[in-house]
Amino acid sequence: MVHARRGPSLTTVEFEPWNDPQAKPLIHFQNVTKRFGTFTAIDDLTIDIYEKEFYALLGPSGCGKTTLMRMLAGFETPSEGKIMLAGQNIVSVPPNKRATNMMFQSYALFPHLSIWENIAFGLKREGMAKANINDRVDEMLRLTRLEQFARRKPHQISGGQRQRVALARSLAKAPKLLLLDEPLGALDKKLRQETQFELMDIQEKTGTTFVIVTHDQEEAMTVASRVAVMDHGKIIQVATPDRIYETPNSVYVADFIGDVNIIEGTTTAIGDDSYSISWADGRAPLTANSNTPFSDGQKCHLAIRPEKVAISADEPSEVSNAVQGKILDIAYLGNISTYHVELPSGVVIKAQAANTRRISRRSYTWEDTVWLSWTATAGVLLAS
Amino acid sequence: MRRFFLIAPPYAWLLLLFLAPFAIVVKISLSDYALAIPPYVPKFSWDEGIGAYLSQLDFENYIFLTEDDLYWKAYLSSFKIAAISTTLTLLVGYPIAYGMTRVPSEWRPTLMMLVILPFWTSFLIRVYAWMGILSSEGYLNQLLLWIGVIDTPLIILNTNAAVYIGIVYTYLPFMILPIYSALERLDESLIEAAEDLGCSRLKAFWLVTIPLSKTGIVAGCFLVFIPALGEFVIPSLLGGSNTLMIGKVLWEEFFSNRDWPVASAVAVVLLLLLVIPIVLFQRNQQKQQEAEQ
Repeated sequence: MVHARRGPSLTTVEFEPWNDPQAKPLIHFQNVTKRFGTFTAIDDLTIDIYEKEFYALLGPSGCGKTTLMRMLAGFETPSEGKIMLAGQNIVSVPPNKRATNMMFQSYALFPHLSIWENIAFGLKREGMAKANINDRVDEMLRLTRLEQFARRKPHQISGGQRQRVALARSLAKAPKLLLLDEPLGALDKKLRQETQFELMDIQEKTGTTFVIVTHDQEEAMTVASRVAVMDHGKIIQVATPDRIYETPNSVYVADFIGDVNIIEGTTTAIGDDSYSISWADGRAPLTANSNTPFSDGQKCHLAIRPEKVAISADEPSEVSNAVQGKILDIAYLGNISTYHVELPSGVVIKAQAANTRRISRRSYTWEDTVWLSWTATAGVLLAS
Repeated sequence: MRRFFLIAPPYAWLLLLFLAPFAIVVKISLSDYALAIPPYVPKFSWDEGIGAYLSQLDFENYIFLTEDDLYWKAYLSSFKIAAISTTLTLLVGYPIAYGMTRVPSEWRPTLMMLVILPFWTSFLIRVYAWMGILSSEGYLNQLLLWIGVIDTPLIILNTNAAVYIGIVYTYLPFMILPIYSALERLDESLIEAAEDLGCSRLKAFWLVTIPLSKTGIVAGCFLVFIPALGEFVIPSLLGGSNTLMIGKVLWEEFFSNRDWPVASAVAVVLLLLLVIPIVLFQRNQQKQQEAEQ
């Protein structure tokens, strides 16, 4: 589900304001800490979010991602630190005076108002002229394909439609920043996947900066320009989805995003950026490349994604790393299968292979002895 | 067949305890006053037959009700007193119910208990207690005199003000409970959404909280208004000689004048007047149930 992010148009360069030292962030969190009693929800956090970004806050429940979002909306004030929106400290600005809007997890549609009135709610509070309100609401209804439901009440439409109403309502005021709290959490899987692409389309059409909170890593990877992985009130890594996946900066991120094999060992340098890793006793050392330097004898974790591990019946030649083991389990997912292979040392390594042949013609099955192999650049070497 | 047995008990209940006594009252209201036991004629006897019996009934008492202005004045004044005290009960009850939903949830059962607690004592005793509080030598006047707010005791007892106080006090739980239950179901994120879309706290309360507790408000108002309209004990104990309420008129007609037929006619008209708000109340409940589905 890693999805290549497109720039504003095909002719411009890749959209990467975070790599541009000239670019001014739209949102700047500066050493923000939030405590609830003795519990620290956000711990000395500093991040930048740029205009037109689709920024995902990803983490397990209780990691502080919702608190972070509620601070942006104005429902919580930080215990310490500053939050800048377009260069202005917004810490003391109440929610109704902020140029941000939020789409709530429960959608929070007003049950006593029609879809039309729900979308018009924020515009009416602005004191917008009646004709302009009509135009804007119609525009929002078109954008979210809800024209024929305008007169209905929220309880008379489906969950997916309600989700779109919530989106239309929060976009109606054309906020500088749109906050989405688990926006697709209540939808079933198929609808969720469709809606993810819809969200991206709408984000591009409106050019609004989106900050999304989710615990679903697939969702974050699909929609976001950058993903911030959080744990215990801290940001562990902020990077594009492909970098988060390919080059996680810690075992936590590697483990949290997707499936991964983690092999523990100690490093010995054998050349520029190249290391030999001795692992389970008596096994031949593994080779891996790494840009971050490791000292000899340093403990390390080698993280390898299952799809980067090749499986074969015969011993492969000319590969940096090859190990032999017995198939313990096969998880058949239709398009791919995940093989759980147990090495003699007891370590289980997962390998993924595309099912390019029909299942009856598969060359190995349970209890078969197979070879697993991967290149020196397949894995990521992480310090403990 | 099973459905019949399920709905039979409530209908039997209604027939036995409401419709049958009501039919008797209607019959008495169509009879004539007489010095007898019971004090009206005709009485049914098998010798004369049902036809002769029915031919003696007439609407004389109802016509009498329109001729003496005491009655329509009493109805009107009852409506006025019930409406004013319902409004006052709402004004006192809504903030209490709202406050109850704002406190930490572990406090709510205790507060709920406190709202219901007065029901554990006799209603009559509680109204008598108010006489002790409101009379010219009562606790309220003593307190106010002691503080120095007033120089001469306030006359509250035996005025309409005392009746309002009595009704608000007695029926407050009936206002609080339905409003509380409506407010408790209110999703807090709706208020946050309203604020997020540009409402101040007060505006969000007016545009979201009030409309979404409307069913509770309507239910509470009817639960207060309907019994308050026919209230007898409170106006006769706390009210003065010029507090005119139909419940009191009814009582005097029955027990002081012993004119059962006129009293029955007053009762029948009161019931017919009450049917209107009761039907409205039922429709409100029905609408609420539909909205919840």
